Amino acid sequence: MTVIGRDRPGIVAGITRVLAALGANIEDSTMTRLRGTFAMTLVVEVDAEADQLEASLADAAASLGVKASVSPAVEDAGAAPGAHHVLTLHGADRTGIVAEVTALLAQVGGNITEMTTRLTGELYVLVCEVDLPPQRDSAIVATEVAQLGDRLGVSATLRPAEADVL
Amino acid sequence: MAPEVVALAEALLDTMRAHAGCVGLAANQVGADARLFVLDVGGHAKTRSYSGVVVLANPVLVEATRWEKGREGCLSVPDLTGDVKRARRVIVRGVIPGSGELRVVEADGYEAVALQHELDHVDGRLFLDRVAGAHALHQRQTYL
Repeated sequence: MTVIGRDRPGIVAGITRVLAALGANIEDSTMTRLRGTFAMTLVVEVDAEADQLEASLADAAASLGVKASVSPAVEDAGAAPGAHHVLTLHGADRTGIVAEVTALLAQVGGNITEMTTRLTGELYVLVCEVDLPPQRDSAIVATEVAQLGDRLGVSATLRPAEADVL
Repeated sequence: MAPEVVALAEALLDTMRAHAGCVGLAANQVGADARLFVLDVGGHAKTRSYSGVVVLANPVLVEATRWEKGREGCLSVPDLTGDVKRARRVIVRGVIPGSGELRVVEADGYEAVALQHELDHVDGRLFLDRVAGAHALHQRQTYL
């Protein structure tokens, strides 16, 4: 399920109170505030259909001023085998940076698992975690990423993710 | 070494000291094309080793051990911080502007991290190029 709306205190509490009352178990979730908007994505285990759950949340969502939508979760086949990499990009902002970078990653079969972008003043920063197919030579992809960065007038690097657990 | 390098180093020290919480500054952060940085972690709460005022031209990382993840920010990226893996013990050598003497700095903890941050600047890198992942980037809460 996703919940999104103007940020204010009590959104998580108000939504999860309803879920708890329904016996719904929150499994994986990510919740974040982007500028003035709060967004939650949750995987919930519950003995109800998606539209029933959405209807149950309608009152709480309306009083919080957020939009809650529920759909059946897909069966997770597990992560495809791949080498975990981190792509970092920073430089002057312009339209199309994300489209160009992700087009390159998609073209080499890369699967994005996490991505964060921040615009602070004139500076645009993108950090993206991407799994590259095992047969893909990551040094070649790293070169292509750097070349794309040059074309976009930004600094872009791709490197293997740190594997160690802290 | 050319007198303009000494003047640049003095300007870097003045600029660093003019910014509260700033413990280091590299020449290319102020638009000067030189492999030069200044550093002074004195008085910082996290400081362990303290080598005094460090001013190095053409600096080189000689040895780096005891890697740990920590959070750092940068005067050139005022609104963001990031989780970066850095060595907690380093040996750095470089040339002292003016005298031209070689200086070797051995540092632990915060000073070691700050040295690596400045060495990155000298190589044209920001801490952003080393953040651990998409969730390792943070909005800066306070200006220390």
